[in-house]
Amino acid sequence: MPGSLQKDVLIAVVVTALLIWLMPLLIGTYTLTVLVIYGMLGLSLGLIWGFGGILCFGQAAFFGLGAYTYAIAAINIGESTLPMILAVLVPAVFAALLGAMMFYGRLTDVYLGVITLVVTLILFKFINSTAGPQYVIGTARLGGFNGIPGFQTLNVPGDPEAYIWGDAYFYVCAIALALVYLLVSVLLRSSFGRIAVGIRENETRLSLMGYDVRARKTVLFAVGAAIAGLAGALFANWGEIVTPNLFSLGQSAEIIIWCIVGGLGTRLGPILGAAGLAYLKFLLGQQSLVDNTLITGLILVLFVLFLPRGVVPALAGLWRISFGRRPLGRIHQARRHRRRERGHG
Amino acid sequence: MAEIVLETQGLTMRFGGVVAANNVDFKLRARELRCLIGPNGAGKSTFFKCVTGLQTPTEGQVFMRGEETTTWMPHQIASLGVGIKTQTPNVMDSLTVFENIWLAARRFHDVAEANRKTDEAIERLALGGIARSDLGQLAHGERQRVELGLVAVGDPWLVLLDEPAAGMSAEDVERMTTIIHELNKTAAIVIVEHDMQFIRSIATQVTVFHQGSVLMEDHVDKVMSDPMVRNVYLGKKA
Repeated sequence: MPGSLQKDVLIAVVVTALLIWLMPLLIGTYTLTVLVIYGMLGLSLGLIWGFGGILCFGQAAFFGLGAYTYAIAAINIGESTLPMILAVLVPAVFAALLGAMMFYGRLTDVYLGVITLVVTLILFKFINSTAGPQYVIGTARLGGFNGIPGFQTLNVPGDPEAYIWGDAYFYVCAIALALVYLLVSVLLRSSFGRIAVGIRENETRLSLMGYDVRARKTVLFAVGAAIAGLAGALFANWGEIVTPNLFSLGQSAEIIIWCIVGGLGTRLGPILGAAGLAYLKFLLGQQSLVDNTLITGLILVLFVLFLPRGVVPALAGLWRISFGRRPLGRIHQARRHRRRERGHG
Repeated sequence: MAEIVLETQGLTMRFGGVVAANNVDFKLRARELRCLIGPNGAGKSTFFKCVTGLQTPTEGQVFMRGEETTTWMPHQIASLGVGIKTQTPNVMDSLTVFENIWLAARRFHDVAEANRKTDEAIERLALGGIARSDLGQLAHGERQRVELGLVAVGDPWLVLLDEPAAGMSAEDVERMTTIIHELNKTAAIVIVEHDMQFIRSIATQVTVFHQGSVLMEDHVDKVMSDPMVRNVYLGKKA
């Protein structure tokens, strides 16, 4: 990955600060908050799919699991700090177990997609059928298709009375997304991240080099689920209710579309794809002329046909052609190298 | 006598009714250079896959430096310090030459040492001019050279190469020969190869496979003048 980490951090901080300042002037913070949360969810799949080559059809499962974990824990505990931590850990552990089963079972891509899809469906069906009073965890009723309302929302750590809501909650979510983005950047620059990209490119080669591909994919899968879980918990706080729809297949499909439209193999692409498409959906939801899903489908088809690498790689390419230093041809590179050698000699 | 680094005992591999490798006993000593030859379907590649852990043999055992590795996975075998190059180029096409070799070096060294080792390997393989190019853009010979480079950068004591000279120009083959001789100073090498020109040029011990079994084992000149080998390998009537 070109450029230094310090530069990356600096740019991320400046851009985040600018966006946090400017965006609320254009869009209400209530809507912005959910766009930021979807951005984080998009990034979670963008990490494991775009950099690890793991196409997961069930990223919504971890999102929903994070939301439900938070809601159930918040009802039982009351204060929001521990539930937030649990909402990250539970999906991560669940994904580690599921991932270990799939990767150690040497499942290929297609079966991986099918299994993650089915797991999402099972969770969806299961949560939907828990309306009866016997489905209780601690003092929290699962509530079936009605979902779980009325749990303690995010508070200042240690002070259950000091709720974080409205504009303040938007800032918390935006900063959380920036932190996750930086964490992902650090991860991708580390040896672990570079090896993960190697695995995406050629699993056989990496295992012939002596890397345990199965273990590494399992860890990456769990990291992705942890990020999705965090997004889920933030979503639960935003909506102040969790419902089985979080686990729906439609939700999973949408995450995949965000990544394709935004640009796979980039960190920014899935975030922008998620926020952009979610905002479009929000705008389309205010009219009744055309169906929402029809437009989303059309956008996906158009992108796959005309911009298969997504928005961000296309824009980056355009930038490079217009302003960047032209990439040196091989002859130039060789010449430059020779000149340098002569300089040394 | 040097230590035995690779040994198979009664190695047999069956695919349904087909016996691809039949009761192969094979021994390789430290810093030995050995070529495996034989007509198509003779069992060379199956033998190669069983030794590298890409397939588990139906019967028999594989030992590396005295340790049994019969049921091991490829990454466990590679972790011992065994360098493996498969028949089709197995490289990371959308990564740079540097990154390809670095990933191999990183397995056995920390980041700083891996950087140093990678620079050194690039220098030695004369890849300096293209070190930052994506591997997918390079010519076939260059990609093969990079793959050999990433096998060599881990300082292996045993190197297994499946058809390294396939589809390469004469100049590339010559360069490849130099690299193999360089590697052979510290490592035992097994080469599965079709190209007799190439085998003659590295002039070495040869094991001939035929119908899944070892037909004979001798120096390349003796093997090539043997009427039975000429019969099965070159398809001539004895």
